[in-house]
Amino acid sequence: MYIRELSIVNYKNIEQAELTFSPKLNCFLGNNGVGKTNLLDSIYYLSFCKSFFNAVEFHNIRHGQEFFVLQGNYFRNDADEVIYCGVKKGKKKQFKKNKKEYKKLAEHIGLLPLVMISPSDINLIIGGSDERRKFMDGVISQYDRQYLDILLKYNRVLLQRNNLLKQFAAGLRFDATTLEIWDDQLVRLGTEIHHKRKEFLERLMPVFQHYYEMISQGKEQVKLIYESKLNEHNLEDLLKEALPKDRLVQHTSVGIHKDDLLLQLGEYPIRKLGSQGQKKTYLVALKLAQFEFIKELSGNKPILLMDDIFDKLDAGRVEQIIKLVAEDHFGQIFLSDTNRENLNHIVEETGVDYQIFTIENGTVIP
Amino acid sequence: MNTDHFPSRLLEQAVDEFAKLPGIGKKTALRLVLHLLKQEHKEVERFTGAINTLKKEIKHCKVCRNISDTDTCNICSSPSRNLRIVCVVENIKDVMSIENTQQFNGGYHVLGGIISPMDGIGPSDLEINSLVERVERGEVDEVILALSTTMEGDTTNFFIYKKLKGTDVKISTLARGVSIGDELEYTDEVTLGRSIVNRLNFEDSIKQL
Repeated sequence: MYIRELSIVNYKNIEQAELTFSPKLNCFLGNNGVGKTNLLDSIYYLSFCKSFFNAVEFHNIRHGQEFFVLQGNYFRNDADEVIYCGVKKGKKKQFKKNKKEYKKLAEHIGLLPLVMISPSDINLIIGGSDERRKFMDGVISQYDRQYLDILLKYNRVLLQRNNLLKQFAAGLRFDATTLEIWDDQLVRLGTEIHHKRKEFLERLMPVFQHYYEMISQGKEQVKLIYESKLNEHNLEDLLKEALPKDRLVQHTSVGIHKDDLLLQLGEYPIRKLGSQGQKKTYLVALKLAQFEFIKELSGNKPILLMDDIFDKLDAGRVEQIIKLVAEDHFGQIFLSDTNRENLNHIVEETGVDYQIFTIENGTVIP
Repeated sequence: MNTDHFPSRLLEQAVDEFAKLPGIGKKTALRLVLHLLKQEHKEVERFTGAINTLKKEIKHCKVCRNISDTDTCNICSSPSRNLRIVCVVENIKDVMSIENTQQFNGGYHVLGGIISPMDGIGPSDLEINSLVERVERGEVDEVILALSTTMEGDTTNFFIYKKLKGTDVKISTLARGVSIGDELEYTDEVTLGRSIVNRLNFEDSIKQL
């Protein structure tokens, strides 16, 4: 599956553009602030019905204009599909496939699988444990429909249990039977989530290690460790053991909401000891592993968007990444970068079909 | 419009009282109060009178705890109903919904809510003990749990189940499945999944129509 042509009117700083893409490798080059990321974002928009960056539609319309239009001609399962999106101030968003409007946007999402690697994803490496839980939960719920439902229920039970602990602390009463019914459900749901996360990471790890090794050219050893108290003990015992503490701090101190994913480089956590470039490599390898999952799920090669990922990477690694994604098991790829000469050279060497676009102030020069 | 200050204290008092009601903000409260002011004396007295007597004279049925005018409600005192089958519901609105189906001829037990620590409601705030007592006195053959299918509803079901486990009462719950008149395409996955697992014998299903 790939996007053949894209036309843009008034999307962010792009006034008007008509682009014809290579089915394999496409590079957007230009200085800071010219609109490379906005081009990538418009492709993201056509897959997910929203911008990767801005939740407020108003900000996606070019300053001083009333509307924006995106239209993509896709080649998918041996047929052409035209996806149209129109957003007008104060009007409902219009999304059409082959001129027929969708009743619900949810019907569209998933049709055109896509993975975006953006500089802001670095939070996955350097941010708090919630970022990594979100990453796991996000990928799992894409292939396991039940997972999200279980997770939402777990969070709801957790909220209720914490409220109960607060009431106990307020000196109203301590009621073991009431606590027990919440604990029962927490144990049932939490154990299921732990099981599914563990299973997911066992599948993710070899793919991730493979990609990291390729990009770093085998120089570094990496490992993902699923950190959860549920690995050694069952949640029921953990809750019992933590109860005196929980009553004191008035919230639940054990459970899958405390899980983390330790990202190891050699024997040490990358967050503390990795260099900027190593962190970036780690991130790219993780996202490419995610790409594999989505590919398997959708049965189509997702479109891969890589926004400014070569920043902070040495020339060797940049070359490896491009070589890697140029391989056949990846589909259509979009890159953005500021440095022309370097990229030109590497891209040419891969020998795959490619197209380079130079962008200046919101206009594209093919 | 600034609704923080009223030129009249009496007006403000009345508005404040109305604004305490669920779903009513200051603006709506003011509209209601001004409307009442325009009404005849008699009308307003009838209005306040209804509220006064409601609070003074309303009773809770001593059997099922439903809101009632008499010590025992119409349903619990009806000779044609089988009170040995008891349907457990949250509140009177649910009783009315089930009554409207005209498919149920048993009695009820009204809990007065569901367990939700967030809202400060624990088991002891609900009519759970009185239900257990009814069962322990041997008055009940079957308890039908008919609470909301939310997390809190399930938790309450679970709590009651635990309390009744030692007795020999039959405990059942509402069937969960595809709504009548729905297209499968639009049925949510969890419900549809459950409907497949707990499928019905076709012959039994025709009899029910």
